[in-house]
Order: sequence, then C-alpha cells, then structure tokens
Amino acid sequence: MLSGKTAIVTGGSRGIGKSIAIELAKQGANVVVNYAGNEQKAQEVVEEIERLGVQSIKVQADVANEEQVKEMIKQTIDSFGRVDILVNNAGITRDNLLMRMKETEFDQVINTNLKGVFMCTKAVTRQMMKQRSGRIINVASIVGVSGNPGQANYVAAKAGVIGLTKTTAKELASRNILVNAIAPGFISTDMTDQLTDEQKEGMLSLIPLAKFGQPEDVAKVVRFLASDDANYITGQTIHIDGGMVM
Amino acid sequence: MADVFDRVKEIIVDKLDVDESKVTLEASFKEDLDADSLDVVELVMELEDEFDMEIADEEAEKINTVGDAVDYINNLQG
Repeated sequence: MLSGKTAIVTGGSRGIGKSIAIELAKQGANVVVNYAGNEQKAQEVVEEIERLGVQSIKVQADVANEEQVKEMIKQTIDSFGRVDILVNNAGITRDNLLMRMKETEFDQVINTNLKGVFMCTKAVTRQMMKQRSGRIINVASIVGVSGNPGQANYVAAKAGVIGLTKTTAKELASRNILVNAIAPGFISTDMTDQLTDEQKEGMLSLIPLAKFGQPEDVAKVVRFLASDDANYITGQTIHIDGGMVM
Repeated sequence: MADVFDRVKEIIVDKLDVDESKVTLEASFKEDLDADSLDVVELVMELEDEFDMEIADEEAEKINTVGDAVDYINNLQG
C-alpha cells in the first residue's frame, strides 16, 4: 500500500508515534524514527521496523529547532531520496491550572507541540513540492477541539495545530500535498497512564463507546490518510475518540 | 559559462509553462508571467538548485522580475 514511500514520524520512539511508525512500515514504507532523548527506545522501534522487511533510521532532533529539523530532512533525503509522508506527532505535556501555569511551561509546550509542527512542515515542503506529492498528517488532540481544564498550554497548541493544518492544506493543495489532522481522544499510552483511576472512570463516562482507544486505533487512521485511498481529503481533522466530541 | 539569463529563462519557461518570448529582463513574475506567490517560491528553489546557492527569505522577497533574479545571481557570482 505504501511500498517505496518514505515516512518521517516525529516522536516515533514510543506511544502513539511508535504505533504509527510500525503501522506505516507494515504497509511497506521506509520510516525515519525521530526522537528527542530516548535513543534506546528509538533503536528498538528501528529494529522492530527492520524485521518487517523495510528500512528504517533513527534521527535525534528537537522539532522546535530549525537547524536540527533541517538536518533531519537532509538525512532522510540522503538515505531514501524522497519524503512522501510526514507525521507530526512529537508532543509533550506540562499540565497545570492556568492560574498556576508558569510562562516556561506554556512556552515549552507551544514550542514543541505547535512550533515544531510548523518547523517540520516548512522543512519538508521543499522536497514535497518538487515531488509534486506529499502527505502531512498532524497529530492534534480532541482537547484542542473541546478544551480541557489544566491544559491551557496543550490545548492552545493543539487548537493551533488544527488551524495550521487548514492553512497548510490550502497553501499546498495546488502542489498535490494533502494535509490533515487527527484528534485522538483518550488513548492508552504513557501519557494517560499518569491519570488516577478516579480520573479514568470520569473520562469513560464521557465516551459513548465506553472504552479507551489503543495506539493502533490511531495508527490505522494515519495509515488511511497516508494512502491513495485518501486522495480527496485535505484540511480535515478526524476525531478518533470513541464519539466523545461530536 | 552559459549566460545566466539563458539559464534562468530556461527554468522559467519550464516551471511556469510560458512562451520564451515573454521572458524578458523586465517581465514581472506575477504580472507578466502569471505566477502566483507559491510559483515564485518554487522558482527561487529551482534557481537555488541550478546555481548551487541559497537565497535568504528576505532577499527572495525582493525578486519580482526576471531581471531581479538575474542581477541577484550575477552579483553573487561576480
């Protein structure tokens, strides 16, 4: 389905990003696993992907750092000659009530989660324009649509990603570069494992499908958006949330 | 060395799909050659590759006519 294509997954060493990286590899794509700090985890993902019979490299880069991002794209092109799919997945949380939130907490989350998407998109666009094709899939969040107490920084960044997705989609449509966002709800990962049981039960009561999602549920939607089956979809935000926000 | 203007012209004809005769030094990309903003960005990218150089965003924004591009490249290579 994606054989011969090259995908970059930012924050691909764990959680949803890891699942996306593996799903794209299963479809035949060569995958660049970007990571910020955990080299060993990234290496494990690379090895898992290689066992699927496709190529993979890991590249350390802070997505908010222009030089590092440019270097990552360069390494990708040096290794695989092209970039077909960019999944902007890297994200962090620094939760706090607005009244208690420090400026640094706000800035860090905006930098990685929003500016990082801008940087990676800008850097990859040059290659995709030349190719006259490309898919950019931005991992937003359902809270970017609905809001969420304690996450002013995260929500602002994710809502920003949805707006950025729409603008990028409009700017690049004429070059056959399709840009979409996904908005996962509660997906079982390290990030949600930090919630208390009480918090989890509260969440479940809000989800019509009455269960948390799995990283694979998200990865399969990304696989669809990256494929030729999604040729006529751009600028959209697909909710993957068990019906929580409609 | 092939004339800079000729090389630039070839790229413009190819990228913008315009008749060679319309590509004069005075021609404005947007007004005379029917290029939109993204076309100009793309053209600058092509010129960077062709002439193996980097044109900073601030400089690229000043390139409005074919002559601007040729002058920029000539100055850089001079």
